[in-house]
Amino acid sequence: MNETSPSGAGIQTQKPRLGPRGGDAPGQALKEKLSVRDVSFFYGEAKALKNVTLPVYERKVTALIGPSGCGKSTLLRILNRMYDLYPKQRAEGEVLFDGNNVLDPKQDLNLLRARIGMVFQKPTPFPMSIYDNIAFGIRLYERLPKSEMDDRVESALKRAALWEEVRGKLNQSGLGLSGGQQQRLCIARTIAVRPEIVLLDEPTSALDPIATAKVEELIYQLKNDYTIVIVTHNMQQAARVADYTAFMYLGELVEFGETRQVFTKPTKSRTEDYITGRFG
Amino acid sequence: MFRGATQSAAVLVLVLLGGVIVSLIHGSGPSIRAFGFGFLTTQTWNPVTEKFGALGAIYGTVVTSLIAMLIGIPVSLGIAVFITELCPPWLKRPIGTAIELLAGIPSIIYGIWGLFVLAPFLQAQVQPVLIALFKPIPGLSTIFAGPPYGIGTFTAGIILSMMVLPYITSVTRDVFQTVPAVLKESAYGLGCTTWEVVRHVMLPYTRVGVIGGIMLGLGRALGETMAVTFVIGNAHRIAGSILAPGTTISAAIANEFAEAEGGLYTSALIESGLILFVITFLVLSAARLLLQRAEQKAQR
Repeated sequence: MNETSPSGAGIQTQKPRLGPRGGDAPGQALKEKLSVRDVSFFYGEAKALKNVTLPVYERKVTALIGPSGCGKSTLLRILNRMYDLYPKQRAEGEVLFDGNNVLDPKQDLNLLRARIGMVFQKPTPFPMSIYDNIAFGIRLYERLPKSEMDDRVESALKRAALWEEVRGKLNQSGLGLSGGQQQRLCIARTIAVRPEIVLLDEPTSALDPIATAKVEELIYQLKNDYTIVIVTHNMQQAARVADYTAFMYLGELVEFGETRQVFTKPTKSRTEDYITGRFG
Repeated sequence: MFRGATQSAAVLVLVLLGGVIVSLIHGSGPSIRAFGFGFLTTQTWNPVTEKFGALGAIYGTVVTSLIAMLIGIPVSLGIAVFITELCPPWLKRPIGTAIELLAGIPSIIYGIWGLFVLAPFLQAQVQPVLIALFKPIPGLSTIFAGPPYGIGTFTAGIILSMMVLPYITSVTRDVFQTVPAVLKESAYGLGCTTWEVVRHVMLPYTRVGVIGGIMLGLGRALGETMAVTFVIGNAHRIAGSILAPGTTISAAIANEFAEAEGGLYTSALIESGLILFVITFLVLSAARLLLQRAEQKAQR
């Protein structure tokens, strides 16, 4: 299907490159972390995405917006091959991740998903303690002594702005937290593995405004180290957190550009109709 | 009126349960008076001299159920995981149906199949290998000591494992299907393999249901009568080897009740039944207790 990826066979054999990536100074040329090229997607016979081409820039927040059913979540689930869990779903085209084609059937999915983390609509803490929720993902890839693991858990919880609220009850079940705390726990769990890209699928749709504000603040912090793709129904949210915005409609990418430009001077009339609330 | 009717239906259950217990205790009266506590600790079972002890049967009941669980649990969980996680869709229905059919086979069929097919096969092909294999290992060499009879505790355990398989499998499959897709996706999203998702997310999430399914299977294994009677050999003694003939409480009752002459013999059999009742009751209570502990720990 995709034998033409530039680097030849797009298989990742080395361990994921972990930790914040080294220091290119701000203001340097934008690097395409992910390149979605001519991607189409099928649920059985139904075509849900039509030839989408889209860049995702490194250490920027890219928002995918559009009405329900436009294919934005579908696109997100292609990026870490989540659709692979389900039979009858398939993608065509290519998604280049540091030069390797993610859609290559030989791609090691476990390594891919360790490098591209994902946070879902509803908080999904695992049925284990708060500590283990974080440590679980780390243990999959690294053997760490207890003290180092403690540090990793603490720093992930700090980054997710949850540490102060849970430091005294790390051994309690993650299911006992409030919805907003659970969602931040899930974000902490995702970044604890030190992925390079974080995919957020409507991360605040189940949260109240205060918890939403905390998560948005967090996203803003995280883009210093991570490349972020966020799907959202909430246009104000896209305007607040995203550097780049892609507007999708009926499986097609209508417009992509800097967020400010998309929201203030959209080039397509359909985009304008949507963001001004004329439909959608 | 309606309230009264439903209430009396509910009370009826308690009355029935109480009635069963009372009649069991009443029936075992002569035996309890004659042998006292020694009934539980001796394995003599001699209808001629009217000396009875149930230890052999108790031992057989526990050991056959243990073997059934050792084989049945991993296989059942494996099937359930395969069906819910890995199975291609076209294969799901045939496997599901096969499991339900397995549950529907009357136990007498398992019995004759065990006696005429499984036991000779084990005697000729499997048991000699086991005996030779474990001979050099102290401990295991006694457990798997020869000669290969074919019928015996081991064969009964294997038959029982097949009989409990559909119960454990269908319960665990059902509870596995209650795991939210998004929870599994988040585990896969961290880079988990299917095994890791099952081990660390699905099993903890469904723990209560899985243990419930296992207990259901254990209950069946403890009480199963017909199939076991066919293949266990019906010997009231405790052999070190699991390949040797033994008996279980239910097999002993089924086998001997018709020919039990004299009040003491009958009473001894009824007392065995009482013991089986108590064992099953203890197993279920222990399971409840375990589950409660696990729940509290998870919530704390």
